[in-house]
Parts: sequence; structure tokens; C-alpha cells
Amino acid sequence: MPAERFPVEASHILMFARSIGDPNPIYQSESYAAAAETAGIIAPPTFVQASAQFDENYRLRPKVGEPWMGSGKEATGIPPKEPGEADDTPTGMGARGLHAEQHYEYHRHIRPGDVLSATVKPGESWEKQSKRAGLLKFSETVTEYRDQTGELVITARSVGVQTEKAVEG
Amino acid sequence: MALSASNISVGDTHSDVLVEDLKRTQLVQYAGASGDYNPVHTDEKFVTEVAGYPTVFAHGMLTMGMTGRLLTDWVGDGRLTKYGVRFVSQVWPGDTLRGTAEITEIREEDGVPVADISVTTVNQDDVPVVTGTATARLDP
Repeated sequence: MPAERFPVEASHILMFARSIGDPNPIYQSESYAAAAETAGIIAPPTFVQASAQFDENYRLRPKVGEPWMGSGKEATGIPPKEPGEADDTPTGMGARGLHAEQHYEYHRHIRPGDVLSATVKPGESWEKQSKRAGLLKFSETVTEYRDQTGELVITARSVGVQTEKAVEG
Repeated sequence: MALSASNISVGDTHSDVLVEDLKRTQLVQYAGASGDYNPVHTDEKFVTEVAGYPTVFAHGMLTMGMTGRLLTDWVGDGRLTKYGVRFVSQVWPGDTLRGTAEITEIREEDGVPVADISVTTVNQDDVPVVTGTATARLDP
């Protein structure tokens, strides 16, 4: 998720904290947070994932003028292929993509006013057979989030998996 | 309040309900806040007819976020130095999740006391959905 410029804003932190069901005032009350050890509002530990909002090419967000895999009139907005061609586009776009692992290292906790930039390095990739979902293709990425001074603030390691078929319960 | 090395021990645990009867609306809320609009989380027609799942399912990162609250409620705000999970089973609307964290080691890192913690979140059938580890900075 390479967001070149990810401005961290208090309203975004509030919305994110609400969405994970966390009413902790450290994420929303300036007066509470000012008196706390953090000396101000900080972001929840998984907040940097919302850098997706600032990644221009993030593939899991509908974009004006581009086909979107989600449903409208049809079950998917991706047009069917010509007869004989494998109609695998929506699955290629994300229906078979799952998140397998996520790891964060916090060099410091981010706060409103930070402007982060992300750089992504590909990691290892590997395959595994699974009874519940067929052939699994894993791939790892390491994202470094730096602040406006260039200081490394969070290192994130993500493992994604493409499954051959829908995971059976 | 943050944890203090002098009044915790290896084996201490903290457990809490993270969500009861998870609502589809919360998946929409998380999609909007995080920016991850993968329709497998919010689009019933797509997920059943195209992706082949019985219904929408939660973003793994939503479960990681809810499990993160369990940790920060226990170790204190701004105290985590590491937090990582594996997503081991899907989370569905209607699920009730409980997280449990346990101190596995208390040690010093660069002269500062820290605790290593293991964390597991299970659903109403006691099936683990997320397993992970964290490290938190402690008061002396």
C-alpha cells in the first residue's frame, strides 16, 4: 500500500476508532488525551492500514470511469469475457485474495498532524496445498511508514494469500 | 493505566468480549474508515454469486483492530512496541468474539522493562479466528 502522502487527521482517527468499536477517549478527546501519558491524541495500533485511502491506485476502492467488481445490475461490474475465455477477472481482483498475517512494529505511535509516507518492499512468496481452499499462494510485503521528518515510525509486514477456491467452512 | 513490571507475572491473563452479534453495518463502517472496499465484506450479491461464500465476512483487519483494543485496554495507551497476528478463520455477521491475552515473558529491552504477550480471539464456538503476539513497554 504505497501512499505517498498520508496526512493523519483527528476526524479520521475518530471514525476509525468507532469502526473497530473502541470508545477509548485517547482516540477522540483532546482534553483527555492532553492530560494522558501520550500528551495528545494518538491513533489506534492498526490505523495505518487506512493509508489505503491515500493510495491513488488502491485496487479495492471503486474509481470513477473504471469497472468495479462489486454488484450493480449484475452480480459483478466486470464485463464477462468472450466465450471460451476464462472469466476470472473478479477473482483476480480480490474475491480470492485474503489477508493471512499482519505484523506491526511501532517505533513511535502516530498522532494527528503527522504526514506519513509509505514505501513498500516485496518480501518472500511461497505456496501451500490446503484441504479447505485448494492451492494457496502466499506473498509478503514490508511497508515502512516515515513521518514528515523522515523518521521511521511504523514498520508493517503483511502476508496475503490467493486461494484457488472459496474457503470451505 | 499502564502495566508495571513489579505487579504483573508471567501467566497473567486479560480477557474480554470484543463484539457481540457482529453486525453487517459494522463491516460497512470499517470499509469506509479503512478504505478497504473489497465487496466480499459488504456486497451480498457479489460475495454469494461471484466469490462463492455463504455471505459477507469481516475484514481480517477489523478483527485485528478489535483484538488491539483488548491489548491497549490492558497495557495502556501508546505502550505497544509490537503487535502481529495470523488470521486463522473467517469472522461472519452474527459472530460473538472474545479475546484473551496472556503475559508470556517479562524482560528488559534497551534497559526498559517490557512484556511479551500472546493473544487469541475466538468465536462463539471457541474456534480461534485470530492468534498473535505483542510486546508492550512497562512501568518499572
